[in-house]
Amino acid sequence: MLLLISALNFGLVFALLGLGVYISFRIFHFADITADGSFALGGAATTAMLISGWSPLLSTLGGFLAGMLAGSSTGILHTTFKIHGLLSGILVTTALYSINLRVLGRSNVSLTDSPTLSKSWAELSKICFGDQQRHNLFGWMVGAQDLANLLFLTILVVFLGIGLFAFLKTNLGAAMRAAGDNAQMIRALGASDKVLLIFGLALANGLIALSGSLLAQCQEFADVQMGIGMVVWGLASVIIGESLVGSSRFGVLIAGTVIGSILFRMMIAIALRCGLNPNDLKLITAVFVFLALVAPRWLKALKLKFNSDAVGEADHAQGL
Amino acid sequence: MLRVSEVVKTFYPGTPNEVRSLRGVSFTMEPGSFTNVIGTNGSGKSTMLNAVAGVFLVDSGRVELAGDDITGWTEHQRARRIGRVFQNPFSGSAPTMTVAENLALAARRGMSRGLGWSLSTTLRGQIAERLRSLKMGLEDRLDNPIGNLSGGQRQAITLLMATWHKPDLLLLDEHTAALDPRSADQVIRLTHEIVAQDRLTTLMVTHSMQQAVHLGDRILMMHKGEFVADLSGSQKARLRPEDLLSRFDELRRRDQLTPAVGDMLEKLYV
Ligand SMILES: Nc1ncnc2c1ncn2[C@@H]1O[C@H](COP(=O)(O)OP(=O)(O)OP(=O)(O)O)[C@@H](O)[C@H]1O
Ligand SMILES: [Mg+2]
Repeated sequence: MLLLISALNFGLVFALLGLGVYISFRIFHFADITADGSFALGGAATTAMLISGWSPLLSTLGGFLAGMLAGSSTGILHTTFKIHGLLSGILVTTALYSINLRVLGRSNVSLTDSPTLSKSWAELSKICFGDQQRHNLFGWMVGAQDLANLLFLTILVVFLGIGLFAFLKTNLGAAMRAAGDNAQMIRALGASDKVLLIFGLALANGLIALSGSLLAQCQEFADVQMGIGMVVWGLASVIIGESLVGSSRFGVLIAGTVIGSILFRMMIAIALRCGLNPNDLKLITAVFVFLALVAPRWLKALKLKFNSDAVGEADHAQGL
Repeated sequence: MLRVSEVVKTFYPGTPNEVRSLRGVSFTMEPGSFTNVIGTNGSGKSTMLNAVAGVFLVDSGRVELAGDDITGWTEHQRARRIGRVFQNPFSGSAPTMTVAENLALAARRGMSRGLGWSLSTTLRGQIAERLRSLKMGLEDRLDNPIGNLSGGQRQAITLLMATWHKPDLLLLDEHTAALDPRSADQVIRLTHEIVAQDRLTTLMVTHSMQQAVHLGDRILMMHKGEFVADLSGSQKARLRPEDLLSRFDELRRRDQLTPAVGDMLEKLYV
C-alpha cells in the first residue's frame, strides 16, 4: 500500500510534466527537449529560493516562472533565430545544465531543514485531520506526510488540468491550438504564429518546471541531474494516455495524460518491486515508449490482416 | 484601395537558380472592384498575391492598402485587413479544431486574443446563421472537426472566415483549382454572392478563362513576372474565353520567336 501511495504521488507530480510535454509535442507538434533542462531548473530555482528564505508558495511560483523563461528561450531561438527546433532545445538544455549548477551552488542540495510546500500542507492536514503519524485510509494505514501529499497533489493536478482545459478554450488558447495545427492559417487570421509558439513553449516548460519544483519539495532534495530523461517520461504519460482514452478531444487527452502518468509510475514501482535494477530504469522507459509508439501501428496492421483473413475465409466458405 | 508600385521580387538572387518572379509590377485597385489575374504557369501570379499578403518582403517597390504603406508589415499584421483563401483547401483551416472553433478564430481577426471564451453562445448562434446562408447544410456540423469535411466544404468555410469581418482586400489564389467541378461551381457562386453583398475589393487568380470572363470587372494578364494586358470596362465586357486563349497562344509564339530572332541578329551582325 505504501508503494501504491508513493507511486500515486509520483504519478501526480509527473502528470504536470506530462501536460507540459503534451502542449509542446501534441498541440504544437514541436519536439521540445528543453524539458530535461527546465525540469531540473524548476527544482533548482525553487530549492535555491527556499534555502534563501522565500516562502514555499513563492519559491514554487519562482520555479514555474524560471521554466517559462527557459521555454521562451527555446521558442525565440527557433522562431527569431531560425534554429532547428530540436537543436534549439538542445542548446537551451545544455546552457541550463550550467545555469542549474550555478543556481543550486553544487550538484545536489538537501531541503530537509527548509520549509517546503509538502511540509506546509502536512501542517495544514494536521490541523484538519488531527496530529497522527498514520491515518486509516479505507482500512490501510498510511503515513501522514504521504496522505497529505496525495491530497494536495490531487487537488493541484485536478485544478491545473481543468485550468489548462479552460485555457485552451479561450481566444488565446484556441489561437495556440490553431498555430500548432496550421500555422499558415493563424497567420492569415492576423495572429503571429511565432509569438504563439513562444508562449506555448513557455507555458509547457513552466508546467514541466513546476513538476520539477514539486518533486524537489516532496523528496526534499534537488539534483542537477534530476532532469535527465524527462522528455521521454513525459512522452510516456502522453502516449499511455492517448491509447487509454482513444479520443482526439483535448479535454479527454488532458485527463488521459494525468492517468497515463499515474499508471506509468505504478508500472515502474511494480517493476522495481519485482527486482528491476534502478540503473536500468531509463533503458526500460525508452524501450517502453518505443513499444507504445509502434504498438498501435502493429495492432492496426494485425487487425487489418485478421479482417482480410476473415473475409478471405468467408469467401472461401461461400465458394464451397 | 490597393496600390502596388514597381514591385520587384527575385528568388535566389545571384545564384544559378535565380528566378525573377516579379519584374516591376504596378497596378491600382479601386475600393469595391474585382480584378482577375490570369497567366501561364510560373508567370508570377501567386508571387504577386504573396507580395501583397506579406508572405515575404519585396526587394523593391511599394504596397499601399487603404492609405497605409504596408510594404514593411509582416504577414500577420497585414492579415488584420486582408482576407485570403488559398489554392489548397487544407491551408485555410485548422483540421483538428471544429467548424465552430475555426470560425470563432476568424471572428477575432484584427482583435486581441485574450482570455475570454473563444466560443460564446452568441457567437455560436451567429456562426450557425452565417453557415446557414451558405446553404450547404454546414450549420449541422458545427462540432465536427473541420478535417472531416470535404475540400469544397472547407473552401466554402475558409471563404466565410476570410470575409467574416469585411476585409479591406480579399485575395483568392486559384481557390477552386483543387476542387471537383461541382464544388468549384458552388464555391465560385458563393464567392460571387459574398463579394457582391459586401462590395469587397477582390483580387482573384484563376486558371479558368470562364471565371475570368464572367466574374469581376477587370482582367490583368501576367507573363514572366510582368503584366502584359489590362482589360476592363467595355473591353472586358466584350471578351470571350477564346479571346483570352488566343492571347496566350500569341504570347507563347512570341516566346519561341524571341531567342530565334536573337540568334539571327547575332549571325547577321557579329
Ligand atoms: N518561395 C519561392 N521560392 C523560390 N521560388 C519561388 C517561390 N515562389 C515562387 N517562386 C518562383 O517564382 C516563379 C513564379 O511562381 P508563381 O508561383 O508566382 O507562379 P504562378 O503564376 O502562380 O504559377 P501557377 O499558375 O503554376 O500557380 C516560379 O518560377 C517559381 O518557381
Ligand atoms: Mg500560383
